[in-house]
Amino acid sequence: MVGETEMLTGADILIRCLEAEDVEFIFGYPGGAVLHIYDALFSHKNIRHILVRHEQAAVHAADGLARSTGKPGVVLVTSGPGATNAVTGIATAYMDSIPMVIITGQVPTALIGNDAFQEVDAVGITRPCVKHNFLVKDVTKLAETLKKAFFVATSGRPGPVVVDIPKDITAQTAAFSYPEQISMRSYKPNNVGHTGQIKRAAELLINAKRPMIYSGGGVVLGDASDDLTALTRELGFPITNTLMGLGAYPASDKQYVGMLGMHGTYEANMAMHECDTLLAIGARFDDRVTGEVKKFCPHAKIIHIDIDPASISKTIKVDVPIVGNVNRVINDLRNAIKVNKNQVDAKALEKWWQQINNWQEKNCLQYDRESELIKPQYVVEKLHEITKGDAFVTSDVGQHQMWAAQFYGFNKPRRWINSGGLGTMGFGLPAAMGVSLAHPEDTVACITGEASIQMCIQELSTCMQYGLPIKIINLNNRYMGMVRQWQEFFYDKRYSHSYVDALPDFVKLAESYGHVGMRIENPDDVKGALEEAFAMKDRLVFLDFMTDQSENVFPMVAAGKGHHEMLLSSMGTTDRELA
Amino acid sequence: MRHIIALLIENEAGALSRVSGLFSARAYNIESLTVAPTEDPSLSRMTLITRGSDNIVEQILKQLNKLVDVVKVMDLSEGIHIERELLLLKIRVTNANACHDIKRLCDIFRGHIIDVNKDSYVVEMTGSSDKVDAFISTLDPHLILETVRSGVSGIGRGQRIL
Repeated sequence: MVGETEMLTGADILIRCLEAEDVEFIFGYPGGAVLHIYDALFSHKNIRHILVRHEQAAVHAADGLARSTGKPGVVLVTSGPGATNAVTGIATAYMDSIPMVIITGQVPTALIGNDAFQEVDAVGITRPCVKHNFLVKDVTKLAETLKKAFFVATSGRPGPVVVDIPKDITAQTAAFSYPEQISMRSYKPNNVGHTGQIKRAAELLINAKRPMIYSGGGVVLGDASDDLTALTRELGFPITNTLMGLGAYPASDKQYVGMLGMHGTYEANMAMHECDTLLAIGARFDDRVTGEVKKFCPHAKIIHIDIDPASISKTIKVDVPIVGNVNRVINDLRNAIKVNKNQVDAKALEKWWQQINNWQEKNCLQYDRESELIKPQYVVEKLHEITKGDAFVTSDVGQHQMWAAQFYGFNKPRRWINSGGLGTMGFGLPAAMGVSLAHPEDTVACITGEASIQMCIQELSTCMQYGLPIKIINLNNRYMGMVRQWQEFFYDKRYSHSYVDALPDFVKLAESYGHVGMRIENPDDVKGALEEAFAMKDRLVFLDFMTDQSENVFPMVAAGKGHHEMLLSSMGTTDRELA
Repeated sequence: MRHIIALLIENEAGALSRVSGLFSARAYNIESLTVAPTEDPSLSRMTLITRGSDNIVEQILKQLNKLVDVVKVMDLSEGIHIERELLLLKIRVTNANACHDIKRLCDIFRGHIIDVNKDSYVVEMTGSSDKVDAFISTLDPHLILETVRSGVSGIGRGQRIL
């Protein structure tokens, strides 16, 4: 249809634009302001609409789809509460740079500013948590606006874009043609890295004695995992991934030293502290990664590759900034290293690896395997074993999220789906819906806790409606575990409002939605239960694991501490006074 | 350090709030902000005054550049430039002496009396912010009825074009 013109209503134009963008799924919830759009959707068969139970879940589901496929997620919600309910999801996507287009209905143009029924200034409310947003005031501009929305959302550093469409615009007619190309004078992301800087970076890397590669979510978003792996292997350097970057480099590889940061491994954090050359790729020096910035990588020259110039030298001053598309820059860097036919300092590197191996011997992720209680780490390990490490794993936020990150061992990018930036509880289940729809043949697990899961538990209904066979791994310790952990360490064990009283019977709850529920109370039953659940290929199974209430996440870099000042687990001491 | 930043932005509804929202959301200091369309009505020119360390100002410039509606950004204070502010001041005039004083000060500061009433004058003056400050400080504060300042507008000298 591109190029031809025909008269269509705004609602039909919107649907045709989505078709032109190859949108397969749209996640939404109807309401007054979007009724024309829903009417248009009724007769379009190419786009599958997924009806959620709460708008927040629509955004998380589209987000899960986007993270697992790389394609933009699309959401349709109504005005007022539809838009405000979506805000948490939008902010979640914004913090993690996820490409999304969110269509919000708006009251008719004539009523805007009138405090009309279900009116809210959606553009104003979402402004601080979107990459960009638009209010469409003219139906003839609708197609062009949507083209811009998809272009902005998916190019440069990706992010969510909101398009607010008043109801009358969706009823008016205009000639439809979808632009093939769009150019915006104010928005021209830079993809190519500076050659001189790349050369400088290559020299630094060649001369490094104690090098370290630190890569983040940008490598996943930029589909540069293969390039990163090739570069890392060519150099023979140790590599750590951030929480958002897990899977960008295979966790099973010998050069991988685990995640870094607040709950990173001993070896990764120590290597960060002691390295003399740091290559940061698609990572943004988040406070959960750096710890105390004054103590961050005190001996290192830092090279930073990022698509977003504003991410460079934001918290940590870097020596060699390279702005550009990660896979392009990585390949330019590989060439720059090869051109010189330079060799890395093998002797120094060997010594460095010896040091790292010594740190690895600390075995920082050890936990009590003899316990009579179910250890959450054990559940994640068994999950890895039974899914052969090849599942899509979503998570919520808290201790379970950290154990999932530490113990699942992701070998592929886009398999680990979590809210790293905003830390949104309630993300896991709806995100898993989006993943499951996009990957119907693959295994999808949601690692969660009894507190997080209840924030979007209503989506069990959506899962039933669309037959989504997600496996929910509920690590149920009857606490908001991470809150409890901080209260134990830093608030004199005053467990203020972190105990989750009056929990539902999750087995019966799952069953009431028509799913399968299982409760597991003994470590010996963990593996069998997982096997049984994952054998049910076409059913959602809610596995409620009653886990050790006192377990904490280690290692831990506390507030104000540097990477070398980690708290390590004191295995065997379980004299914590818990309610 | 005080910085004067000039930017070109798409002249669309909400463009101003994108810029002001960025400053409040990131806790950047903003001293003054002026905005008006340019010779191309689809573009607005903004001048804003901010204070911050070099790191913060670098971030401000990057974050402004990152706004999708912003076409160009320049830190005018990095080079030679001109700054002007417009002052409109309403002064109470009590007697002929006061009237004479005001006319004399206007001459010295190259201001103009642009409205005359039985009890008050309105003075118009342009200049650097320092000059405007100096003018105001010479007046008896009890006589000032209203002070209206435009905030600073700035432009680079010579070949410096945004």
